[in-house]
Amino acid sequence: MKMNGARILLECLKKEGVDTVFGYPGGTVINIYDELFSCKEIRHILPRHEQAGTHAADGLARATGKVGVVIATSGPGATNTVTGIATAYMDSIPMVIITGQVPTPLIGNDAFQEVDIIGITRPCTKHSFLVRDVKELATIMKKAFHIARTGRPGPVLVDLPKDVQIAQTEFKYPETIELRSYKPTVEGHPKQIERAISMLLASKKPVFYVGGGAILAEAAGELTALCDLLDVPVTTTLLGLGAYPEDRPNSLRMLGMHGTYYANMAMSDTDMLVAVGARFDDRVTGKLSTFAPHAKIIHIDVDPTSIKKNVRVDLPIVGDVKDVLVKMIKEAQAHPDKVAAFKEAIIPWKSEIEGWKAKHPLTYKHAASTIKPQYVIEKLRELSEPDVIVTTDVGQHQMWTAQFFTFTKPRTLLTSGGLGTMGYGLPAAMGAQAAFPERQVITICGDGGVQMNIQEMATLVQNGLPVKIVILNNNFLGMVRQWQELFFDKRYSQTCMELPIDYVKLADAFGAKGYRATKTDEVEETIKQGLAHDGPVIMEFMIAREEKVLPMVPAGASLNEMVLNA
Amino acid sequence: MKHTISVLVENEFGVLARVSSLFSGRGFNIDSLSVAPTNDETISRITLETRGDEQILEQINKQLNKLIDVIKVIDFTDGSGIERELALVKVTAEDESRAEVLRIVDIFRAKIIDVTARSYTIETTGAPAKINAILELLRPLGLKELVRTGPVAIGRGSKGWKG
Repeated sequence: MKMNGARILLECLKKEGVDTVFGYPGGTVINIYDELFSCKEIRHILPRHEQAGTHAADGLARATGKVGVVIATSGPGATNTVTGIATAYMDSIPMVIITGQVPTPLIGNDAFQEVDIIGITRPCTKHSFLVRDVKELATIMKKAFHIARTGRPGPVLVDLPKDVQIAQTEFKYPETIELRSYKPTVEGHPKQIERAISMLLASKKPVFYVGGGAILAEAAGELTALCDLLDVPVTTTLLGLGAYPEDRPNSLRMLGMHGTYYANMAMSDTDMLVAVGARFDDRVTGKLSTFAPHAKIIHIDVDPTSIKKNVRVDLPIVGDVKDVLVKMIKEAQAHPDKVAAFKEAIIPWKSEIEGWKAKHPLTYKHAASTIKPQYVIEKLRELSEPDVIVTTDVGQHQMWTAQFFTFTKPRTLLTSGGLGTMGYGLPAAMGAQAAFPERQVITICGDGGVQMNIQEMATLVQNGLPVKIVILNNNFLGMVRQWQELFFDKRYSQTCMELPIDYVKLADAFGAKGYRATKTDEVEETIKQGLAHDGPVIMEFMIAREEKVLPMVPAGASLNEMVLNA
Repeated sequence: MKHTISVLVENEFGVLARVSSLFSGRGFNIDSLSVAPTNDETISRITLETRGDEQILEQINKQLNKLIDVIKVIDFTDGSGIERELALVKVTAEDESRAEVLRIVDIFRAKIIDVTARSYTIETTGAPAKINAILELLRPLGLKELVRTGPVAIGRGSKGWKG
């Protein structure tokens, strides 16, 4: 049967198992929206801004592991998705972005609402396609989803001119796809894995350093199994939180700029660093020349470009993290005597770490009156459901969440790590809630970031998405203010928000419910009320205005040069 | 160190832009670049010259391979390839220097492809070092214009790049 391109697009989405898309109509996608009007299988959610729609698709992808899908019209619709695409690209999130384009004969003519979105997004997409013939559309969609979800995942953009949406052809979706130029290495090399286990078992001071790759590969179970088998200390990056349960004794929690003292000390002293799906970001390594100076480094990653990009690596293993970890477990199990001897040999190392933990645990000064943000985070953990999904914006609240929430399951923290995108939290929560209507979804924001996509309150209310929005309000752009306090002589240039916003009234204006706590003893009750309310909620906490995120490795310093109290 | 790299790519819309923006976006150098379809018309071959230490070259190689449209990357720096380049040179040739230009052209087995009363235009091909050598000799006589293709390279031996 012949169909038009717009309908073919929707048929392709159905074939890929897409049941929810985020999108915003416009002139060059009106044909797609006309087809959507009678499409029962795909739920379309209308955000109030395309950036938010893109973050929502990203949030859905992070929460579920599926490919997130977003639709935007040409020109400004397309450019509004760019921040969302770059956010997903930096954190390797599988997404397909469908943008309308002016009709093929007009491309290049500076037509109304025309931009070269392929050109604009080239550096922040894994790949992109301009569909020039409706006959290619189904194959391109198959390729787009294949590329987005395999290897190191990432966003793929499909630019679809209006005339291609109107043109008709037979619809046939390819069952499989083979790309001669794209064959990611999935299976870890057996010899390398053998060597890795033998190197690891010969070490005295091992640490596992785990990134978001372990979660993307659905390898949290295997990672935990291997680390339990070897009984080794584990630290994770911001994006790796939840890959290894933080409530286990072997967890060193997060490392890096605002990581724990003991994780960073362990990194500085280790003789065997096993990097799992992590990319040695500068926020993790601190000063490169003094990073893990005594360590042999094993690096497991599906993306060869991540290996030896920033640091030297003694043993690279390119492959899917899950595949490699399964094989490492088998290899370790094949040498029970060596494993037993290894566990014995690392006892002094582990007690050294325990010493660091006792000396400088993560902590803050509790205050009887002023609300401490760390206390709010701890209470949120205590009072929320065990499988709660937490999203954040970027800044102090993000770091407090990472430090004090205690993540024990993968895909329960959704946060913009690589790009550090303010305005991410609320729309990402929207995406997670759309995917899991029954689960509790909380977004923890600062008063700066939440204003960047506050219009999505409307989307939450309209679509019955009961996201709980927590605002840690210090009336500052807190992280920049903290840097200004520490490194710029308290010259608070443009970081004070000055205008106090009444978020309770704001919630009311959108038809949601608002709560506010101004004193420590109101925190618990506010959280209880907020979480108990059926629909979308804002919980505003007036926190200690000049509270800092500590400890901290100043930019450019070594990991073992942490500022503990300032 | 200078490297000559061949990149075999899908002959598709926008591929050259992907390759060149990878270099500019990541701060890698491109000294020269040439591109044309191959005997298999679905494949184009980009030859480029770049510089960097071992670590940078490893990144260039990996990043190129990471591009979805890149089929194969070949680095010829180990001497496994033959490089040739073509240059067109417009040189001042008046009075006594006319004979000198002709002598140089003859020695380098180059060709005069255009002539006026005051100039010669020369076509010369060879390894980049040979081009550099003839230019050294012509430069004092007055170079008016120089066009170089940048090298193209092919592997030695009986096998094609597919093996």
